[in-house]
Amino acid sequence: MVIRVVLPAHLRTLARISGEVTLDIEGPAMQRSVLDALEARYPMLRGTLRDQVNQQRRPFVRFFACEEDLSHESPDTPLPEAVVSGAEPFLIVGAIAGGCD
Amino acid sequence: MANVRVLVGTRKGAFILTSDGKREKWDVSGPHFAGWEIYHVKGSPADPNRLYASQSSGWFGQVIQRSSDGGKTWEPVDNKFAYEGATGTHQWYDGTPHPWEFKRVWHLEPSLTDPDTVYAGVEDAAIFRSSDGGKSWQELSGLRHHGSGPRWQPGAGGMCLHTIVLDPSDPRRIFIAISAAGAFRSDDAGETWQPINRGLHSQTIPEPTADVGHCVHRIAMHPSRPNVLFMQKHWDVMRTDNAGDSWHEISGNLPTDFGFVIDVHAHEPETVYVVPITSDSHHYPLDGKLRVYRSRTGGNEWEPLTKGLPQSDCYVNVLRDAMAVDSLDSCGVYFGTTGGQVYASADAGDNWAPIVRDLPAVLSVEVQTLS
Repeated sequence: MVIRVVLPAHLRTLARISGEVTLDIEGPAMQRSVLDALEARYPMLRGTLRDQVNQQRRPFVRFFACEEDLSHESPDTPLPEAVVSGAEPFLIVGAIAGGCD
Repeated sequence: MANVRVLVGTRKGAFILTSDGKREKWDVSGPHFAGWEIYHVKGSPADPNRLYASQSSGWFGQVIQRSSDGGKTWEPVDNKFAYEGATGTHQWYDGTPHPWEFKRVWHLEPSLTDPDTVYAGVEDAAIFRSSDGGKSWQELSGLRHHGSGPRWQPGAGGMCLHTIVLDPSDPRRIFIAISAAGAFRSDDAGETWQPINRGLHSQTIPEPTADVGHCVHRIAMHPSRPNVLFMQKHWDVMRTDNAGDSWHEISGNLPTDFGFVIDVHAHEPETVYVVPITSDSHHYPLDGKLRVYRSRTGGNEWEPLTKGLPQSDCYVNVLRDAMAVDSLDSCGVYFGTTGGQVYASADAGDNWAPIVRDLPAVLSVEVQTLS
């Protein structure tokens, strides 16, 4: 299946991409498999979304889809059908609380 | 004629300032990594076109960037800083044990001889080394595990390893400093470490002469005399003549001996620069006057350098990594402020002028003298 992913501007710059990313996912589509595929294609994103050692989501990174905040879902929870079908993108967002100045 | 390249890290990106040997007209390039905090950018002494930059953000964590063309282009390299072995704990602000957590890289120190070898000083305090140009990092864990680690506490800016000084006469000797643990030395290329804080006196800790716990802000060395180190401690300017085995105070006639930066003239090992800051609760210069103080006697006797620097209504700070010197015949001295100015003196501090005035808050300044 093909998952559409939208990255925040700073990470698009870091990965030197523009627009959406489309990722081929084998097996169940969930946060973990999407992030695994994203980091495999763009290694410079490793550590920017989740800790490289404990795999925890960075505190000021949020995952949205279908007008829902999926950030606190288990990384192994299946993504919404609309994301799996490609109708809706998986949104990676820098939280509005992030940064200090 | 030689050129000068000044590498500036700021709260919102990196800037590269270049000039010829006259150091009168400057080209400004940047912001590189716009919007990210750039704690430090430094070039390899062995290959001046090899630069390393520490890029971080509150959202997206740590990235390390590397350039092989003097900062024209950059590539991200590895950013996995994994503590080796049992993570352990240090003291939190309230005195309770707190697990070591990686937050960011404060300082990158390239090897004096190998462009692919670089050291990283990180928060929570630890030192890492890469021997492959930043493609992978390994902790020199003997520092955290040497025994006093559980007693280290963070300073106001976090528990950061912010200073790494390599001994040009002995590739196995490394000096580091941590806020607020103190200074440490390795004589075996980073395998084992010992605190070198004898002679430091800190009223802000329960045992003022303890072996660790001192808030060292910066250490500087002249390469011709690697056993002589100068230290700007939280309060007190200090000096050692025996590689840190003992320190003595050289604050002398400074109007205040709180500050962050300290550096040494490129050709005069007894000429030292500091920027006195009012106090730890007033992070700005005394009386609103931005003054660099210079000692030509290795300390104790200091003269204010004011020509070209604001002498009224100036309330910026100069952070610990934000001063550097070039090695041209007439030594250039540079520093950056939290107000976004980078000041330069092409005559060892007698006269100053801003290179730029309105950058984001400056976190670090390094200089490369290019032939």
